[in-house]
Amino acid sequence: MYRYDEYDQSIVDARVEEFRDQVERRLSGALTEDQFKPLRLMNGLYLQLHAYMLRVAVPYGTLDSRQMRMLGHIARKYDRGYGHFTTRQNIQYNWIKLADAPDILAELATVQMHAIQTSGNCIRNISSDQFAGAAADEVADPRPWAELLRQWSTFHPEFTYLPRKFKIAVIAADEDRAAMRLHDIGIQLLTRDGVLGAKIFVGGGMGRTPMIAHEVKDFITADHLMSYLEACLRVYNRYGRRDNIYKARIKILLHEIGVDAYREQVEAEFAAIRDLGIDPPLAELERITAMFTGPDFASDAPDTVDRADPDFAVWLDQNVAAHKQPGHAIVTISLKPIGGIPGDASADQIDLVADLAERYGHDELRVTHAQNIVLPHVRKADLYVIWTALRDAGLAEANLDLISDIIACPGLDYCSLANARSIPLAQKIGERFAGRQRELGELKLKISGCINACGHHHAGHIGILGVDKKGTENYQLLLGGSGAEDVSLGKITGPGFDEDGVVDAIERVTDRYVALREADERFLDTYRRVGMQPFKEAIYG
Amino acid sequence: MVDPITVNTNAGETLLRFRDDVVHDEPAVTLDAFLGQTNATAVRLEAGDDARELLEHLGQIALVEISFPTFRDGRGYSAARILREAGFEGELRAAGDVLVDQIPHMRRCGFDSFAPEKPVDAATLTKLLALYPQPYQKAADARVPVWKLRHG
Repeated sequence: MYRYDEYDQSIVDARVEEFRDQVERRLSGALTEDQFKPLRLMNGLYLQLHAYMLRVAVPYGTLDSRQMRMLGHIARKYDRGYGHFTTRQNIQYNWIKLADAPDILAELATVQMHAIQTSGNCIRNISSDQFAGAAADEVADPRPWAELLRQWSTFHPEFTYLPRKFKIAVIAADEDRAAMRLHDIGIQLLTRDGVLGAKIFVGGGMGRTPMIAHEVKDFITADHLMSYLEACLRVYNRYGRRDNIYKARIKILLHEIGVDAYREQVEAEFAAIRDLGIDPPLAELERITAMFTGPDFASDAPDTVDRADPDFAVWLDQNVAAHKQPGHAIVTISLKPIGGIPGDASADQIDLVADLAERYGHDELRVTHAQNIVLPHVRKADLYVIWTALRDAGLAEANLDLISDIIACPGLDYCSLANARSIPLAQKIGERFAGRQRELGELKLKISGCINACGHHHAGHIGILGVDKKGTENYQLLLGGSGAEDVSLGKITGPGFDEDGVVDAIERVTDRYVALREADERFLDTYRRVGMQPFKEAIYG
Repeated sequence: MVDPITVNTNAGETLLRFRDDVVHDEPAVTLDAFLGQTNATAVRLEAGDDARELLEHLGQIALVEISFPTFRDGRGYSAARILREAGFEGELRAAGDVLVDQIPHMRRCGFDSFAPEKPVDAATLTKLLALYPQPYQKAADARVPVWKLRHG
C-alpha cells in the first residue's frame, strides 16, 4: 500500500488548515454561500435535504485497518453511527455539522486520508479495480498508476474550474470490474513489446446522456502519461460547453466535435507540451510501485476448503473469488443484506471488517464501485472463521452479483436532486427475490432516483430510473446495460410504474428469462440473444 | 515575488501585482482589434478567445488581460499557461470575478497581476499563498514539484 512521505502529509495537513479557514470565513459571513459552495464542494461537503453530507476519498478504493477504523470512529463521533459506501469507492456521511467538518478532516489526516476533490468541477478521486494486486488476470497492479494520477490531479492549478466534474478510472485486466469505459477518462494498462503502457479512452459517462468512452490513444508509456492527460484535459477545459450544465461533461464535447477531431486537438496540444518537463521521472512511478509489491504470501497455504457447512458453502461459491496466489482467496463482503440499505455500514461493522483485515487479510481492504467491501488477500484456511464472524455481524449475505446485490443512490431519502426514493425500492426488490436469486444467477440491478444516474441504472442488466410524474414517484425500467468489459447501455422497456408495479414488472421479466434461457446463459446473454420484445410482452401483456 | 504590490491605476482599478516593473498604461484592445492592427501592446482576451492566436505576436505584447466573467469559468487558467509555455514574459492579468481563494492557482498558471471586481482581503491572500509548502505538479511558476524534490 502507498504510504505518505513528509511531502504528502504536509499537503494534506495544509488542506485541513485551508478548509478550517474557509469554514471560519463562511461562518463569519466573509464568504457568501455562493462563494463558499465551490470551495466546500472541492472538499466533498454537500448541502443535502436534511444536513451537510461529507464525502471522504478512498483513493482507488484501497485502505488499511487503521484507516477503516477511523471511518468507523467518524461515523460514531460526528454522524449517527453509520456511513455509506459509494459507487466511486468513497464513503459518505449524511449527518454532518458544518462546524465539525474541519475537525473531521484533521482526524482523517492523522491516518493519511482526506476529502480532497470528492466533488466539485475538478478531477475526482481516481477509481480502480477492487481486485488489483490480487487478481490472476491483471498485467500489472493498476494502483501505482492511480496513485501517480492522484498526486498529479491533487490541486491541479489549471483543472480546478472545469466545465463539469471529471472522473478517471484505471484498470489492468481485460475483465473490467471498475466500469472503466463509463468514465470521463478510462485507462487500461497493457504491455506492448514487453513495455507497460496505457490505452486511453475518453468521453464515457452516465448521467442524463449516457455514453461509452471512445479509444483516443492506443498506447502511451508512463513517461508521457501526465503530459498526454494534461492535453486531454486542456482541450476539454477550453472547449467543453459551459452554457448548459447538462451538456458540460467531456462526453458531450466528443459527441459534438467527433472523436477524430478531439483526438487531433489533443495530439496538437500534446505535441506542444510533451517536452516541457510536466512528466515526473520514471523513478517516481518506481518509488510508488515498490510500495505495492503486495504481502509475503505463505507458499504452503492449503488450497482446499472444508465445505461441510452448507450455508458457508453457498457464501463460498458466491462471494469468494480466485486469487493469483495458491492457497489464497479474495472475499467480497456484501453490504447488501436483504431488506438493508445498499452500501451502508454501521460503525461496529466497519470496526469488525477492519479487525478481520488486520488479523486475516494482510491489513488490506477495498471498497468496490458496487458498494461492497473486499478482503483481497486471505488464506483459504481462514475463510470459515472469517465467514462466521461476518455472519454474526449481519455481513455474510451470499449475493455478490445477484439480483439483491443492488447499486442504489441515496435517492429522495437524502438527496436534494432526487425525484424518487431508491432505498425502499431496493429493500422491496431484495425481499421479493431473496428466495430465488441464486436460481436467477448473475443479474446486476441498479437504481437511480433521478436522471443524474448516480445509481448507474444505464449500466444495470436491469436498471431502474426514478422520475417525477405529476408529483408522484414513478419508475422506468431499463434492460440490457452493462458496466463491465462487455459494456452497453440499457434501453427503457416502456411506460413506467409505481413502486410496487416496478417490482412486479421485474418479476415478469425474470420469469420470462427463466423460460427463455438456454444452458447457463446469464440474464444479460439471453436479453442480447432474444432482444427487448419478449420482455416487453411479458411486462405489458 | 511572494506578496503583491497594490497599485491604483489611472483608470481607477486596484491592481494586485506580483511584478515590480511599471504598470503598462496603454488600454488593452480586444483580440480582434489586436489582430487587425499592428502596433497595440496590450490585449484583452475574453474567456472564449483562443490564446494561441497571440503566440506569433508575443514579442510586441507587454500586457495580456484575461477576463473571468464568473469565477466558475476556468478557461482563463489554460489561456495563461499556453501563453507562459510559449515564453510570454509580459504582464498576465486576471480580471473580473477573481476570488481570493483562486489566486494561488492562478499564480501557478502564470498570472502575475490581478484586477478583481471585488476587493480581496490582503491578509487572507498572504496566508493562502504561503499555505502549501510544495505542489504536486510542474506548472507555469517556479515552484518545484514534489517529484522533483524526491528524485532531484
